[in-house]
Amino acid sequence: MTSTIARPRRESRDAVVIRFAGDSGDGMQVTGSQFTLETALAGSDFSTFPDFPAEIRAPTGTTFGVSAFQIHFGGRDVMTPGDAVDVLVAMNPAALTVEIEDLKVGGTVIVDTAAFTDRNLSKAGYAKNPLEDDTLARYQVLKFDITKLTADAVKPHGLSSREAHLCRNMWALGLLLWMYGYERTASVEWLKKKFAKKPVIAEANVAALNAGHAFGETAEMTEHLVGYVVPKADVQPGRYRTVTGTEGLAWGLVAGLRAAGIEKLVFAGYPITPASALLHTLAHLRAYGVVTFQAEDEIAAAGAALGASYAGALGVTSSSGPGIALKTEMIGLAIATELPLIVIDSQRAGPSTGMPTKAEQSDLFQAVLGRNADAPLAVLAPVSTADCFDIAIEAVRIATKYMTPVMVLSDGYLAHAAEPWRIPREADLPRFPISYRTDPEGFHPFLRDPKTLARPWVKPGTPQLEHRIGGLERDYDSGHISYDADNHARMTKARADKIAGIANDIPLQAAALGNDQGKLAVVGWGSTFGAIHRAVQIARDEGRDVSHIHVRYLSPFPRNLGDLLKRFERVLVPEMNNGQLVKLLRAEYLVPAESLPKVTGKPFQVTEIAQAIRKML
Amino acid sequence: MTVTTITDAQLAPKDYASDQEVRWCPGCGDYAILKAVQKACADMGLVRERTVFVSGIGCAARFPYYMSTYGFHTVHGRAPAIATGIKLANPELDVWVMTGDGDGLSIGGNHMLHVLRRNVNLNIILFNNEIYGLTKGQYSPTSRRGTRSPSTPLGSIENPVSACAFALGAGARFVARSIDTQQAHLISVLKRAHAHTGASFVEILQNCVVFNDAVFEHITGKEVAADAQVLLEHEKPLVFGKNKEKGLRLKPGKLELEVAPAGPDTLLHDETNRPLAQLLAALEPPFPTAMGVLYCNPTESYEHDVYAQKSAAQGNGDLDALLSSERTWEVAP
Repeated sequence: MTSTIARPRRESRDAVVIRFAGDSGDGMQVTGSQFTLETALAGSDFSTFPDFPAEIRAPTGTTFGVSAFQIHFGGRDVMTPGDAVDVLVAMNPAALTVEIEDLKVGGTVIVDTAAFTDRNLSKAGYAKNPLEDDTLARYQVLKFDITKLTADAVKPHGLSSREAHLCRNMWALGLLLWMYGYERTASVEWLKKKFAKKPVIAEANVAALNAGHAFGETAEMTEHLVGYVVPKADVQPGRYRTVTGTEGLAWGLVAGLRAAGIEKLVFAGYPITPASALLHTLAHLRAYGVVTFQAEDEIAAAGAALGASYAGALGVTSSSGPGIALKTEMIGLAIATELPLIVIDSQRAGPSTGMPTKAEQSDLFQAVLGRNADAPLAVLAPVSTADCFDIAIEAVRIATKYMTPVMVLSDGYLAHAAEPWRIPREADLPRFPISYRTDPEGFHPFLRDPKTLARPWVKPGTPQLEHRIGGLERDYDSGHISYDADNHARMTKARADKIAGIANDIPLQAAALGNDQGKLAVVGWGSTFGAIHRAVQIARDEGRDVSHIHVRYLSPFPRNLGDLLKRFERVLVPEMNNGQLVKLLRAEYLVPAESLPKVTGKPFQVTEIAQAIRKML
Repeated sequence: MTVTTITDAQLAPKDYASDQEVRWCPGCGDYAILKAVQKACADMGLVRERTVFVSGIGCAARFPYYMSTYGFHTVHGRAPAIATGIKLANPELDVWVMTGDGDGLSIGGNHMLHVLRRNVNLNIILFNNEIYGLTKGQYSPTSRRGTRSPSTPLGSIENPVSACAFALGAGARFVARSIDTQQAHLISVLKRAHAHTGASFVEILQNCVVFNDAVFEHITGKEVAADAQVLLEHEKPLVFGKNKEKGLRLKPGKLELEVAPAGPDTLLHDETNRPLAQLLAALEPPFPTAMGVLYCNPTESYEHDVYAQKSAAQGNGDLDALLSSERTWEVAP
């Protein structure tokens, strides 16, 4: 091959899906994040899906140690991380064997040939080198000795071979940025900041990045290495940034605290994947009234949060499914004593330890029903990473206005995924100032607001309002301990009515797409929003009578939800569980809702839902 | 940290009682403890609205309902966690944790360990009656070997935990022991506990008149008390007996206490000496049981240090600045 082939013009693509895959030590997550940032700065829409193993550093070269980062970007409304992959970057044979099945036929795979040693091939389960037979015949394979090209690029910086090896990801990033015509400025800036104390490492990484980019621009090449242009997205004007679900929740809690006019937020957590990131993010926000507490266990975390709410702060606790199970008794106490408490559940695949780094939506029953006795609370679920911000504010509003625990159902996907987010201004955010009771006149601790049925919030320290509360049933009219039979029935009803009444204080359920009646409603909740939305859009473009309904309020449901569902002939409920919302809808409204479960630990693909819709219509 | 100086000097013990009927069994040692706490509150002039009693579950845990202060009857074993949250939200509150041997050392043992090691500024009062009373008499983690109960009809084969030794092991910086019926002693210990900055741990030997009556009689009985208890006073000799004729001294060449006639080699109590406190906490018959403040060596409380860190935190509280941190980009109209 010679370099006389004229470099072709860049080809145009509406949207592209790239997956970076390598060992968990190869830096694929930062490579993906930096690519995302350059995409964002170039004005394209995007959606990401980090997929990493539970092992911190699995043995190198193994299939279970493969870490991947997928990004879907383009000009049209990008709503999911993408179904099939257009470009796979496989840093070793294990990454190739694990990820190749998601690559489109005809798609591009970029490999580091140096990593395809006998030893790595055998660890990945290849009997023969797939680069040397027809294993990859269906794809366009770009074989580069990335290891050597990187080593050459960083040579002037005098790195050890191990250090040089760690720059491979930046070489790959440089090449991919060239392929899509993106800048490197933000990545260079990021490298200089990250390695501020090791300027040589920073310079070497920049050199690798630049070398990857220059390779695309100038090197002798096969005709398969083509440059592309991806259009900018047509989005609302404004100031944007990337946001993960974790950041959205953390900042939303702070915004909610401001909106309620509460001085302090006490966040108590216990380390658990994938919920810990929220503790880490909030730990930096001391200047914003946030106090974080790493408790000795999940129960203590819930207890400390509840104690803080009792004392007049906003108590928040967070975990993942198994940890939420441990908090259950404390949540019951919060319900009994009618104190505000926000419980954030980053759901993951279960039962028990399950698959800690894989997302699932299987804690809906736990959230809505999973407590002893009749113990209702409010349950909300964000639909996207950006919505995490808004849902956190809404959780604060409901918890404080109704003096109730509010469960927020996020998941492992939302926690780590990133999307562009139009940054709101504080001045435009909602306000819902709360007031603590200070008036002794006619006071008792369970005196209810006639409208909300909420009891007063009293800060210990308030003169003449000294009172005792606890888990024992209490008298409706005095708040004192009561074992009276009729009183218990009355209190049980009051607790239920209070939560049910929230339905009058939340938006009516609207269809996210399509008409509010017709042949088929596809009903989802949580992080499946994007996949369902795209699938319904495709089906509608095909002329099918289908609507998308996405439920953010799961307890109580919006008051018109039953009527809305009954205006459709059929109802399909895709969920990343074995059928939970579908059963709640059937139980609540007697609608013949049908389930589309997915329990692989991976998000829905658009085609899976579109296919299910076609089968029904 | 700043100790609250506002007091309510005019209040009498009865002013700290709520209007609720006390529902412990007649003759229960908890009545005496309630009386002592109310007297201590009055003596110290505690401000009712700034005082919070937090409890878990069990007979002892009913305590907050009988006080005219703020009170929170919570979940079995978890009072230390809830109290920690209260202190994080408002370090100015005067928070007491009322617990028992089952609540504090069995189901809540983990929380007790951590609240003590963190040194949250709480007064933790553990009523030790060596039995589960509210659930009708099962053996508890402090029950002695051989204790016959509904769940151990052949006698318990478990080794009991020593509450004070546990507290010291967990890193508590105030550990004391008293007895329900010895009012003057109990009140003085409660006051010492309250005066201490950081987590104060007080074990009260408490008689369960129904399920474990007279279990401490060999220590508390009028006839035996003088010989069975060594009353601790800081920098005073560790003497006991009707005429203070017996003393505790170190066995020559060993880290071990022995009883000898009171004299120049009798040890002086030193509240700040943790190894000594551990030796004293472990004393059991035929040695006298150590009563009073075993260990007192204050340092800054957990919540003090939490708030002391705040000044080092990043950011200025500007939400718009937070939301716009890191890379942003403009999309023009």
